[in-house]
Amino acid sequence: MFKILEKRELATKIYEMVVEAPRVAKAAQPGQFVIIRTDEKGERIPLTICDYDRERGTVTIVIQAVGISSAKICDMEPGDEFADFAGPLGRPSDLLELPEEELKRQRVLFVAGGVGTAPVYPQAKWLDEHGVRADVIIGARNKDLFSYVDEMRKVANVYLCTDDGSEGFHGMVTALIDHLIEKEGKAYDHCVIIGPMIMMKFASMTTKKHGIPTMVSLNALMVDGTGMCGACRVSVGGKTLFTCVDGPEFDGHQVDFDEAMRRQNMYRGNKKTNPETHKCKCHGS
Amino acid sequence: MAVKIPRTPVREQDPQRRATNFEEVCYGYNDQEAALEASRCLKCPKPRCVQACPVGLNIPGFIKALGEGDIAGAASVIAKDSSLPSVCGRVCPQESQCEGSCVLGIKSEPVAIGKLERYVGDWKINHADQVVDTPAPRNGHKVAVIGSGPSGLACASDLARLGYEVKIFEALHKVGGVLVYGIPEFRLPKDAIVAREVEAVKKLGVEIETDVIVGRTLTVDSLMDDEGYEAVFIGSGAGLPRFMGIPGENLNGVFSANEFLTRANLMKAYDEEYDTPIYLGKRVVVVGGGNVAMDAVRTAKRLGADAVIVYRRSEAELPARVEEVHHAKEEGIDFRMLTNPVSVVGDDQGKVVAIECVRMELGEPDESGRRRPVEIPGSKYQLDCEVVIMALGTSPNPLIKDTTDGLETNRKGCIVADEDGRTTREGVFAGGDAVTGAATVILAMGAGRKAAAAIHSYISNK
Repeated sequence: MFKILEKRELATKIYEMVVEAPRVAKAAQPGQFVIIRTDEKGERIPLTICDYDRERGTVTIVIQAVGISSAKICDMEPGDEFADFAGPLGRPSDLLELPEEELKRQRVLFVAGGVGTAPVYPQAKWLDEHGVRADVIIGARNKDLFSYVDEMRKVANVYLCTDDGSEGFHGMVTALIDHLIEKEGKAYDHCVIIGPMIMMKFASMTTKKHGIPTMVSLNALMVDGTGMCGACRVSVGGKTLFTCVDGPEFDGHQVDFDEAMRRQNMYRGNKKTNPETHKCKCHGS
Repeated sequence: MAVKIPRTPVREQDPQRRATNFEEVCYGYNDQEAALEASRCLKCPKPRCVQACPVGLNIPGFIKALGEGDIAGAASVIAKDSSLPSVCGRVCPQESQCEGSCVLGIKSEPVAIGKLERYVGDWKINHADQVVDTPAPRNGHKVAVIGSGPSGLACASDLARLGYEVKIFEALHKVGGVLVYGIPEFRLPKDAIVAREVEAVKKLGVEIETDVIVGRTLTVDSLMDDEGYEAVFIGSGAGLPRFMGIPGENLNGVFSANEFLTRANLMKAYDEEYDTPIYLGKRVVVVGGGNVAMDAVRTAKRLGADAVIVYRRSEAELPARVEEVHHAKEEGIDFRMLTNPVSVVGDDQGKVVAIECVRMELGEPDESGRRRPVEIPGSKYQLDCEVVIMALGTSPNPLIKDTTDGLETNRKGCIVADEDGRTTREGVFAGGDAVTGAATVILAMGAGRKAAAAIHSYISNK
C-alpha cells in the first residue's frame, strides 16, 4: 500500500498529492509516469510523475477529476493509501540523454496546458539543476485554471497566456509561441509540449512551422503500462508504437494526433465510464 | 481387467448455461469417480507418462496412492515435483504429454491423468492443514525471482524447500502472471484455485512483492549489488502482443488478446462492481487458433457477443488444446477455418464495422511441417463485426534485456539460456516463456525447477 502524505487543490478539481513510494522515488526520472490503482476494484490509471524526493521516498502526482476513476483518486485524503503505485514507467525525457556540453547549449522551450503543467516541472527543474534555464509557456482558458506557476518560476522563465486575456498574454499557446519567436526574437533548439491532445496537436504544428524539434508527452489509454496490452498504440511517422514502453514522449511532428484523439475516446459512452450508469457507490451521487 | 473399464467421463456445466457465465466449465471428479479412474492405471514399470511430463511428475506413484485411498499420500507424491497441481490439472495439454503417451491410449482411452491431478490438487487446497509441507531451515543465501507466473513460482518453491531466502518481484498488482491476467476464470478460477496455490508457495517461506517492474523500478544489477541477492531467476514471460500489420489495425475496436483478456481476467471488467471497462459489439471476431484465441472468443461469447474464430489454416492445425476447441464448439462459437484477414474496415468515426478476409486452401508443407495455407484468388469478402481481437502470439518483453549488460537474447528477443537455465550473465538464470517464447504453463514450471537446481549448485559451489 502507498500512503498519501500531502494533498492540496491547485485549481478547480485539480489536486496535487505527495505519495510515499520509496522504490519509485529512487528510480524516477523526468518524463516518466506511474500507474495507480485506488483499490481492489479500481482501474489502473497512468499519471505523469510531477516531482520526486529520493531522500524522503516520495513521488508527487497531479490529477484532475474528469471521469469516474480520476474522481475516485481525487476523493482520497492524506493518510489514505493507494492499493498500487507502480513505476517509474516509460522512457525518461530525451533531454536526459544529451551529453553535458551539448545540453548546456540547448535553448529549450516548454509548452504546458491545463493539467500538463505539473509534468513539465520535473523536466524544467532538472534542466535548471544542469545549468539550463528554459522558457515555459503555460496556457489556460482563464486565470483561475493556472497551477504550478510559482514552482515553475523558481526553475524557469515563465510566460503565461489565457484564452480570455484574464492574465498574461491574451491568446492561445500557439499565438504566444509565434509572439516569442517573431516579436521577441527568441530562438529554440528543442521544445517539449505537455497538455491536452488537441493543444499538443496545434502547438506541434506551430513549432514545425518554426523548425523547432519537438517532443510531446502522450497520455494514451493503458492497462498494464509495461508493453503487455497494446491499448496505448500510437502511429508515429507511419509506424505503430506503444506509448508505455516506446514513449510517453514522441516526435510531435510525426504523431498522428487525430488517431490518438480518437483512440483516447474509445470508451466514451461505455456504461462504466458514464457517471449516470456507473455502479460503484464510492462517491455518492 | 483395468482395460475393460472405460475412461470415466467428467461432469461439466451445461454448454448453453455456461456460455452466459464465468463459472468453471469442468466440475472435476468426485471421490467415487476419482477412485474408479485411478483403478484404470496399469502402473507400468517404465511409465511413458512420466517421461512425457515436463516436470517428470511421478504419475503412477500418485495414482497408486489414490487407488489405495491415500489422498494425502498422493498429494505428497505430487508435491515433490509440482507446486501447482490444481493449475496443471486444468490447463496442461495432457493429450500431447502424459495422456498422449499412456499405453492404455493405444487400444482404448488413456487414463484421465489431468483430471486426477486436479482432483488431488483441489483436495490439497481444501485440506491445507492436513498436508505438512515444512519449509527447510534457512541456509542464509538470498535469491531473487522476477515474475510470479508458473516458472517463477516453481523456481521459488524449489529454492525455498532447499532453504533459500527467496523473494519474487511481480510487475502487476496481482500474483500469478499469465494464470491471472491471461487464462479466464471459467477455465482456471482465480480466488478458489490460483490464489490458494500461491498461498501454498508463500507458506514455504517465499516472499512476494508486487508493483515492481524490473528494468524500471529496479534492475537485475541493483538486485545483486544493492539488495544482496546472490542469484537472479528471470521468469518474466512473453508479454508483448503481436499484431498482423494489416491496414485498419489501429481503428477503435481492434484489440490484442492480451488487452481483452487482461481487462476481463485481471481487471474483472465483466463484473459491474469493477471500474475497468471493456469494449464490445454485436459480433466479435478473434483472429488466431491457439489457446489464447479460444480464451478470448469464449470470453466475448460470455459477454454476450456473437463470437467468431478466424484462422488461416484448417481445423486439424488448430494449436489449441483439443478440450478447449471442443468446449468452444459446444458453447456455440462460430469457427471460420482457412480464412485470413487482410484489413480491418472502419466507419467515418474510426470505429470497426467489418473485417475483410480472403479464403485459403492448404498447399505444400511449410517449415513447421504443416501444410501452408495459400490464398484462393478472388475470394475476398467482408465479415461484419464491431470488435476484432488479435490472438497471434506474444514475444518476450525487452525491458530486462535492455537494462542488463551481458544478457544475450536471440533475434526473437528470447533470453539465451542453456538446458539448466544459465544465461550468458553469471549468476543470472532464466526460464519459461522469456526463454522459449510463448509456450505452456507446465514447460515453464519445468524450466523453473531446472533453474532452481542449477542455482542451488551455482551458489553451493561458489
